[in-house]
Amino acid sequence: MQLMRLLPAVALLASAAAFAGVLPEDRADVLYHRYDGGGIKIDGPSVLVRKSLGDKFSVSANYYVDMVSSASVDVELTASPYDEERTQKSFSMDFLHGKSTYSAGVIDSKESDYAADTTFFSISQDMFGDLTTVSMSYKRGWDQVSKNLKLPDGSKERDPIFGVRGTDRRGYSVGLSQILTRNMILGLNYEVQTDEGFLNNPYRQVRFLDPLDPKGWNNQFEVYPRTHTSNAVSARLKYFLPYRAALDGQYRFYTDTWGVAAHTVDLGYTHPARKRWIFDGRLRYYTQTSADFYQDLFPRTNFANFIARDKELATYQGLTIGVGAEYQFAIPVRWIQKSAATFRWDHLMIQYDDFRDARVTKNAPGSIIAGTEPLYELNADVMQLFVSIWF
Amino acid sequence: MRTLLALGLIACLTACSSVEPWVKPYEREHLADPIMAFDRNPVSSMYLDHVFESREGARGTVGSAGGGCGCN
Repeated sequence: MQLMRLLPAVALLASAAAFAGVLPEDRADVLYHRYDGGGIKIDGPSVLVRKSLGDKFSVSANYYVDMVSSASVDVELTASPYDEERTQKSFSMDFLHGKSTYSAGVIDSKESDYAADTTFFSISQDMFGDLTTVSMSYKRGWDQVSKNLKLPDGSKERDPIFGVRGTDRRGYSVGLSQILTRNMILGLNYEVQTDEGFLNNPYRQVRFLDPLDPKGWNNQFEVYPRTHTSNAVSARLKYFLPYRAALDGQYRFYTDTWGVAAHTVDLGYTHPARKRWIFDGRLRYYTQTSADFYQDLFPRTNFANFIARDKELATYQGLTIGVGAEYQFAIPVRWIQKSAATFRWDHLMIQYDDFRDARVTKNAPGSIIAGTEPLYELNADVMQLFVSIWF
Repeated sequence: MRTLLALGLIACLTACSSVEPWVKPYEREHLADPIMAFDRNPVSSMYLDHVFESREGARGTVGSAGGGCGCN
């Protein structure tokens, strides 16, 4: 069972970093990730390799897998638990020319009911004595959405009535990285993304009041608008502390044509210790308003042209606490310059203001009035373990 | 109008060419420290950005892994 959100890792794969006139380091990372929360378990590997070819070129490739096992609150309401696998492959190339870095790449993501292809291009330019880096990027994505039917023997089959539906995605962004003092750097970014096509999840359903049903409610499939345009602007400040540590602060404001407005505040602290260790701490706060066409419980069937009950479009606040530890060690191989092992743990806590746990009235019809179920809360643990080598 | 634009452009270019870096290259030792990188471990931040973006309405101005999310 799948989803949208496809315009991918431009910032990542095209990461000529804060300074355009320098190619990124040659390094390889092998990561194991695991997400556990809200009835969903997702784990898998990610391998990222970056290598320069001469002084002017650098190439990067990433192989990433999500192995999903889901019995989420949505699934429990209107479907049955499922397992799914998503594989993503990406490749990018950077070309350094004077003070400019040109980057281009492709990303391919596949799962049984969702395929996404994305291409991107970006330019970064150093100026003003390399104190300032200006960057621009463009990305274009093509998604193909289908729907699986679960057969009695447990196997899956494409729904021929639903067919294959397409989505076009475009993204434009500009960024500025500015050295402010010998200890402080500022990053500013603005990004517009616009999508057109089939944008909702083909499986998810809304619920509406139905006095004839013992639960007090009934279901129908979501209907989303066929266009979606979003604007995001962010500012990030990083400061070097006198005893060799770093403070990091970021704020992002987001708004879109569906009526969602969001604020994100992200604070981080990095502390090296005893030559070989680097510790990280993170606190992230997120809040958003709901989409105009979102409701937890609609008054009746076909209440409006567009109807949604995706908790991602609800009103809620989330707090994330994260810690990480990196240990640098030596590998006695001549071509390896540095190596490190890192463990990260993040805990997500999300409280919804208008998304209720409808499993209560589904499992015990009539126990309470529909629409008065307790508000849903999501707690999740996110773990990462990865080994990196620089060569 | 065109004259004004041309004068404005010349003024900008002149101003740009005379900007003196107030942080000299030899004063950027702290900024070059790996702990000051905006993205010290891309493989990790890519994953975490994807986790957030799959569960939040907002998107953009940060990297993300893309693809489906298994979030239903």
